[in-house]
Amino acid sequence: MPLFEVEGRSYEVDEDGFLQEPERWNREVAKDFAATEAIADLTEEHWKIIHYIRNYYLEFGIAPMIRKLCKETGHKLNEIYKLFPSGPAKGACKLAGLPKPTGCV
Amino acid sequence: MANDSGEKPETKMLDELEKGPWPSFVKEIKSAGQTSASAQDLLRQLELSYQEKKGHWKHGGLVGVLGYGGGVIGRYSDAGDQFPKVAQFHTLRVNQPAGWFYTSDAIRTLCDIWERHGSGLTNMHGSTGDLILLGTGTAELEPTFQELAQAGFDLGGSGSAFRTPSCCVGMARCEWACYDAMKLCYDLTMAYQDEMHRPPFPYKFKVKCAACPNDCVAAIARADLSIIGTWKDEIQVDESAVNEYASAGLNLQKDVCDLCPSKCMAWDGHKLSIENHECVRCMHCINVMPKALRPGKERGAVIMIGGKAPIMQGALLSSVLVPFVPAEELMDTLKELIRRIWDFWDEYGNNRERVGELIQRVGLPVFLDGIGLDPVPEMVSAPRDNPYIYFQVAKDGEK
Ligand code: HEM
Ligand code: HEM
Ligand code: SF4
Ligand code: SF4
Repeated sequence: MPLFEVEGRSYEVDEDGFLQEPERWNREVAKDFAATEAIADLTEEHWKIIHYIRNYYLEFGIAPMIRKLCKETGHKLNEIYKLFPSGPAKGACKLAGLPKPTGCV
Repeated sequence: MANDSGEKPETKMLDELEKGPWPSFVKEIKSAGQTSASAQDLLRQLELSYQEKKGHWKHGGLVGVLGYGGGVIGRYSDAGDQFPKVAQFHTLRVNQPAGWFYTSDAIRTLCDIWERHGSGLTNMHGSTGDLILLGTGTAELEPTFQELAQAGFDLGGSGSAFRTPSCCVGMARCEWACYDAMKLCYDLTMAYQDEMHRPPFPYKFKVKCAACPNDCVAAIARADLSIIGTWKDEIQVDESAVNEYASAGLNLQKDVCDLCPSKCMAWDGHKLSIENHECVRCMHCINVMPKALRPGKERGAVIMIGGKAPIMQGALLSSVLVPFVPAEELMDTLKELIRRIWDFWDEYGNNRERVGELIQRVGLPVFLDGIGLDPVPEMVSAPRDNPYIYFQVAKDGEK
């Protein structure tokens, strides 16, 4: 397993940089991972989405469908891409400490 | 056992696949291997797979370029320490030009970009229609994307997105085209850039445009929404050309009339007659006698829904949704129809459920009601899988 290291902290991640130990997640983890997804600062808007995904994951064990994410957070999909340039699956889920969403292609 | 040595890969088993008269992917990868280290490692890993009877590609990765949620398909080797040049081997889908027309300059530019940034291996074209660039590392994705963009190319769709639409060569080369499939394909591509690059759906959504019932892009079997050219009036007949075929030795009875699926043609030795209201627009007679017969003058397309290959459930062919739309109304009709289909599918579709599977689950009447189309009795009791029959317009007073 590769390690992701930042300011003396290190995390086990998969090859796409997703956190391998979901239970280690906290706000600091999200901040540490933000730089890897081209996000300079985490704003309230970012946090709203991160928390929504995180809580959904804790409750159901999977990431929410895109449509649900947009509906529940009140963001259009292209707004989510403005906040998380690599998108909801690769960007937002990574910061929320979820394991990599499945799906082959 | 890293292989930077420049030695040629040992490919005893793969060599078998070069034998025989047909084209061989092994030969092609070897030829790329003369200049590409990753093509060599690809051969080495594949040779190992053949020896062990075991694949070495891991389950899909999640990589991409900023701003897009698709267009790149992530692949990792589980034997990256043995074959470092294919440890990461991602695929880029590049949006092809409608009808696959390139200048040789454009192809050279693409290949140069790919030799600088990837394995040099291409697949022109994938079955999705896109131009496929096979094999590169994560760090190369953004630079490749930038160079492609400068050369006027964009990535195509992947994942739960509006997939890159594709079309037949249509009016560019083909006398049978009943509408301009290339223009429609281009217009749809431009209209749905958001849905293509930022996957919003329960699953993939494919659109393919064929300009006549020969369906050279196999839309009926592969696309969630198929747009297949057809005509409403009568097959155009050039009688003297028919007789030329006959005197040149064509057996019109056996090779044309007897093979007409609806048996609506007759040949008396001088004159060919067609009962056009029975014709199912299969193209057979026209394909046999292109100089004598051609599609009618009132042209347009049939819109079909629900085709797909097997995954969660078995393969489906498309069913007719709208039997005939005049060519000049196609884009407007499609925009409205697509919006309604997506709304319904978004609302009721399960995760990873194709629209055809959703229709099977809820039933066609519910679906038609959901998108606000009036069902025709024939559609509901036995959904038509043959697109080529045209319902005659009801005369005044009839049903
Ligand atoms: C478990 C592994 C894999 C699965 C389940 C898988 C599945 C698929 C599926 C379902 C498609 C069709 C996607 C679509 O059009 O919607 C596809 C396309 C493709 N895959 Fe894979 N794949 C796997 C591994 C690979 C690997 C290892 C490579 C290359 C190294 C690869 C290269 C491609 C390419 C180039 C296409 C596009 C082909 C075309 O459009 O004709 N795949 N794959
Ligand atoms: C020799 C074996 C295979 C070949 C050459 C092959 C090739 C392809 C190609 C070229 C496509 C793209 C079709 C298109 O969009 O027009 C495709 C799609 C697909 N393949 Fe395969 N495939 C093979 C085996 C499999 C197997 C074993 C599975 C699953 C267990 C599979 C699952 C799929 C799925 C789910 C799709 C997407 C279908 C869709 O778009 O509806 N394939 N395959
Ligand atoms: S589908 Fe019809 S119009 Fe298109 S290329 Fe094939 S024969 Fe020609
Ligand atoms: S197009 Fe097909 S169905 Fe129609 S007349 Fe020709 S052969 Fe018969």
